[in-house]
Amino acid sequence: MPSPTGTTDCDVVIVGTGPAGATAAEVLTAAGWSVIMLEKGRNHLLSLEAPFDPLGHVSNDEIKFLRRHYLGPDPFLEPRTFRRRESDGDRLFTGDVNNLPSTVGGGGFHADGKLPRFREVDFHARSELGPIEGADLVDWPFGYDELEPYYAAAERGVGVAGDHTENPFAAWRADPYPMPPGPDMFCALLTSDAATKLGYHPYRAPTGVNSVVFDGRPACNNCGFCGSFGCPIDAKGDPVAPLRHALRTGRCEIRTESIVHDVVMDSTGRRARGVRYLDADLVEHEVSAKHVILAGGAFETPRLLLRTGLGNPDVVGRNLMFHFQTIVLGVFPYRLHGHRGRSVTHLMDDPIVPDDAALAAARDAGLSYFRGGIVEHGAAGHPVTEGIHLPRGAAHSQMMIESMMRDRMAVFTMQGEDLPVASNRIDLDPHVRDVYGLPAGRVTYSPHRHELACAEHWAPRLESVMREAGADFTFWTTSPPMEGSFADRPGFVAPISRHIIGSARMGTDPSTSVFDPWQRLHGVENIICTDSSVFPTSTGYGPTLTIVALAIRAARALAGLDPLRSSGPAL
Amino acid sequence: MTLQLRFFTDAEFEIVSAAAERLIPATASDTANNHPGARAGGAIDYIDRLLGAFAVDPPLVFAGGPFSGRAGGTASFADFTPLSPFEELAWRTRIEGSSGLVEREFNGPVIGWQERYREAIAMLGEDFTTLDGEEQDRRLGAQPEFREMLYTHSCEGLYGAPEYGGNPDGSVWGAIDFPGDVQPRGYTDDEVSGRA
Ligand SMILES: Cc1cc2nc3c(=O)[nH]c(=O)nc-3n(C[C@H](O)[C@H](O)[C@H](O)COP(=O)(O)OP(=O)(O)OC[C@H]3O[C@@H](n4cnc5c(N)ncnc54)[C@H](O)[C@@H]3O)c2cc1C
Ligand code: SF4
Repeated sequence: MPSPTGTTDCDVVIVGTGPAGATAAEVLTAAGWSVIMLEKGRNHLLSLEAPFDPLGHVSNDEIKFLRRHYLGPDPFLEPRTFRRRESDGDRLFTGDVNNLPSTVGGGGFHADGKLPRFREVDFHARSELGPIEGADLVDWPFGYDELEPYYAAAERGVGVAGDHTENPFAAWRADPYPMPPGPDMFCALLTSDAATKLGYHPYRAPTGVNSVVFDGRPACNNCGFCGSFGCPIDAKGDPVAPLRHALRTGRCEIRTESIVHDVVMDSTGRRARGVRYLDADLVEHEVSAKHVILAGGAFETPRLLLRTGLGNPDVVGRNLMFHFQTIVLGVFPYRLHGHRGRSVTHLMDDPIVPDDAALAAARDAGLSYFRGGIVEHGAAGHPVTEGIHLPRGAAHSQMMIESMMRDRMAVFTMQGEDLPVASNRIDLDPHVRDVYGLPAGRVTYSPHRHELACAEHWAPRLESVMREAGADFTFWTTSPPMEGSFADRPGFVAPISRHIIGSARMGTDPSTSVFDPWQRLHGVENIICTDSSVFPTSTGYGPTLTIVALAIRAARALAGLDPLRSSGPAL
Repeated sequence: MTLQLRFFTDAEFEIVSAAAERLIPATASDTANNHPGARAGGAIDYIDRLLGAFAVDPPLVFAGGPFSGRAGGTASFADFTPLSPFEELAWRTRIEGSSGLVEREFNGPVIGWQERYREAIAMLGEDFTTLDGEEQDRRLGAQPEFREMLYTHSCEGLYGAPEYGGNPDGSVWGAIDFPGDVQPRGYTDDEVSGRA
């Protein structure tokens, strides 16, 4: 379809430059459309002039990235608030709540990029596995088979390294990964060998990091400042790859430090004319466009919808999901040098596919089943973080030398499936404001007993794996902390999960969803959303590859391109 | 004290050093790696640069990139990067406090770190450096929030990159057997996967 004509500033304006927005920009510029991207954060990712090289801002620097909010959002400028339930009052906490970077590239900038696909059953868990009381579980409006070619396109676009033969629980796929896996971390070799011995099925994580030169970018050199840092050498594919592809067409303009605060509608209320944004001097601008794409991430997109009054008011912001993280720590008698490599090199899906023991534990908890999530075989953090977590006083310095909380620690993180619950939601805080004067986003969230029972079942099993791997000492905790547990302290009540999902779900019925199955806002002709707000369920997998696959699908449909078709299950 | 002070007076430097030394003492000199205490590890130099960040331009908030030169490449961490107007607002407010300025008080007044350090130092007392450890701990314990902040900042100073003012020449990294930043060299596949 030719690009839409008329007298607007561009064919499409995209709010946000993370994986969701960048992917849409890549697809639409390739189809000949002109795109303006608005990003509220600064640009540290790539030069906006050809040949779009790295800017050299990214470095192996724990202070800048983990202590000083270099990639934004600064919680002083853009606070968010949190409470567990309405009876807590207006809020329990103000500050950093599930903050993903606010910068060109969004959260893709500092993710370490494990990019697995979902499984077939994830798209119709409600009809295959049954409802769960207290959760608003729904099927997705389409299945895995339809999405498979988009997953393949996403893996090629971002550049995913992996081995398709290793995970016995993986969904079918037509093609192998575009790159072989990168090197295994020593600690993950220990823990994955132990897991195999105990009957589990670890595999090398499909990762959006180059293991070889790919798409003109170098192979990863294993610097270890990976998860929560940017990549100084551009070896991480998302979202450098799609943004660079979009910029190279000459049809993509990125405006930074530009926060969209309003969507401009025509008099019928059924068409958007564009958006309004504030620049770094708080001067207001308007961009007119034939289409508006919302890609601010699953926290900011519902916040924008709530501010503008767009979308089904009974659903916007509700069914907010994270991953319920079960974190199992093992202290080893020797050093594991977890600071070398890509933060996490192995995963396992066993908790996603309930076995007899898991089904029995679920029944004991009054549930017909529960499903956990991928278990990431990873290492501990960096030394400032270790120091802050160790006790102060006489023992501190010797403990830093012995490094039981860093160099001798292996970490499992289970990204447990979080069920949709209508009372878990994002709304607008009644008092707290951001620096732009806009109401802060507020999270009201407490886990369903499905998540709690699943964590209690899997934590001791994962501790056994740690001990089998050689750990002398193990313990576990969850995020968010279980109420009443040792980790349940003021200031630590909000989940640290950076997987934010479901806050404006898609579906066929406008009375129970916000977007349609092509991610178009119900009742409005020209607004689509390409981020994980639209996911009906969280599944037990990282969301980002699915965000990218869905964004390719929705953007292709918007541009009138033919749907992608798969050659069918070959592997 | 090796660097020129930007915020503390000499007397304040001595008091904060003595306090931080209670939180992060040196290991006994006969231990293998010999972890320095907060003072020799540069914690107070780091804090001085944080509280005095705006005494220079660009302010000492975000070190440059991509490389420090310690693992090859051109050294650029020491070239601190300019702040955007909003970043300057956030960091000035954090450090200097909101001082009644409307643009800093959109969620109410903020007491800055400079003021919190100065008040805490006054409460520790001019005689703080002459006291025995037990009495020093008692006076620090009377200000638990300050003690927490001082500890956190000391950890940042000791274990962060030397360009921020602490961890002189990477000596604290050496003591804890952490190689620090490694770009552009990185690690070989064998270093990643092997036991050694
Ligand atoms: C340390 C870390 C590790 C992670 N690891 C993984 C992983 O291994 N696997 C995985 O699947 N996922 C991972 N994630 C999550 C992943 O980063 C997110 O799923 C992904 O970034 C979401 O993409 P998005 O484009 O929807 O939103 P975001 O990445 O959040 O991007 C949204 C962008 O929009 C901008 N924006 C928002 N509102 C506005 C507005 N009103 N005006 C202008 N701009 C706006 C924001 O500033 C931001 O830059 C990780 C995240 C982190 C932080
Ligand atoms: S580990 Fe690899 S991908 Fe990660 S930041 Fe370092 S070089 Fe980049």
